[in-house]
Amino acid sequence: MQPLFTLFWSFFKIGLFTFGGGYAMIPLIRREVIDRRNWIAERDFLDLLTLAQSAPGPISLNTSVFVGYKMRGYAGAAASILGVVVPSFVIILLIALLFADIRYNPVVDAAFKGMRPAVVALIIVPVISLARGMHPALYAVIALTAAAVRYLGWSPVWILIGAAAAGMLHALYRLPKKEAPTNKKCGTDETERPSRKEGDR
Amino acid sequence: MRDGRNGAAVEKGGRPMILLHLFISYLKIGFFGFGGGYAMLSLIQNEVVMQHGWMTNAEFADIVAVSQITPGPIAVNSATYVGYTVGSQAGGLWMGLLGALTATFAVCLPALTLMLLITRFFLKLRNNPIVEGAMQGMRPVVIGMIASAALLLISPHGSAPGERNFIDAWSWLLFGGVFVGSWRKVNPIVLIVLSAAAGILIYY
Repeated sequence: MQPLFTLFWSFFKIGLFTFGGGYAMIPLIRREVIDRRNWIAERDFLDLLTLAQSAPGPISLNTSVFVGYKMRGYAGAAASILGVVVPSFVIILLIALLFADIRYNPVVDAAFKGMRPAVVALIIVPVISLARGMHPALYAVIALTAAAVRYLGWSPVWILIGAAAAGMLHALYRLPKKEAPTNKKCGTDETERPSRKEGDR
Repeated sequence: MRDGRNGAAVEKGGRPMILLHLFISYLKIGFFGFGGGYAMLSLIQNEVVMQHGWMTNAEFADIVAVSQITPGPIAVNSATYVGYTVGSQAGGLWMGLLGALTATFAVCLPALTLMLLITRFFLKLRNNPIVEGAMQGMRPVVIGMIASAALLLISPHGSAPGERNFIDAWSWLLFGGVFVGSWRKVNPIVLIVLSAAAGILIYY
């Protein structure tokens, strides 16, 4: 009984304070799920984010499902996703019902002018702290991915599939080289096929 | 203000049909919304404005603006808002609530089911070398994606129209303060509340 409500409550807080898109909740989730509750080990945090990225849907919903399921199975997943959704559902309904003009309110506007740069900082800090744990050779992959998504408009889906395929090939063939090839962009088309065949078997 | 909407194309087929259309539309949005956030906007717009004519482009822009000042993923926010609006046009308050519930449930359903599959698969096979290889390939890429989101929010033309994140020196000061605070593991909720209060003090 208690843990289900704790799951709901933790994700309720996360849902209530996730402004400015899903990534801004990364520090929130880290605090709730790792620092306070110890539901996930620090070293598994990046895996959680990676899995959340590889499913469709908002990252906050996906992380809540993973953590909830890991802790309490299906009921836990349901409690967690409900926790994330309920705050926005209630707030949006209130706005639709009562405060349709809230976005023209000068106080709200001023508060958001202060919050927007804060949200950017909340996204950048985890990028740095997560990257610090990686092999320096992978910094290039991080930078290339960021540039490809931001400036070339490449779809994150295909980059993820290419990277997963490259990683699997690397694991299969156990090259003496240390890292998976960084040419995942060129590798996207060629390496993707074999990985699908594996899945069919 | 709301009355203008009633002239717009309202779907035929009665109330249950409207709920069904809402459900299917937001199921699609939830299912194909890879990449999250603003990548979803054109998908949502296509369903809500082009396909069903539930609202005009201007009304859709209003929803985007409301989503920016409310917590939560924009897909969920728009589901609740559009569901309520479409439902209440067709049958008043209760129909609006039902529409909001339907659309919100539908948009969450793909994330819930697919993420459950992925989670079970991963928890079972996390020690498999091939799965670990895939994770190894994806980890740096995921960090890069988060970095690209930050880049988008910093660049002046990148964020949504008329909603720049950095408008003056105060913005950068707040950014620096929150950066240091977050780095030192100050509670992010405290940082968000403080920056909102600072915004009111500075700009109001």
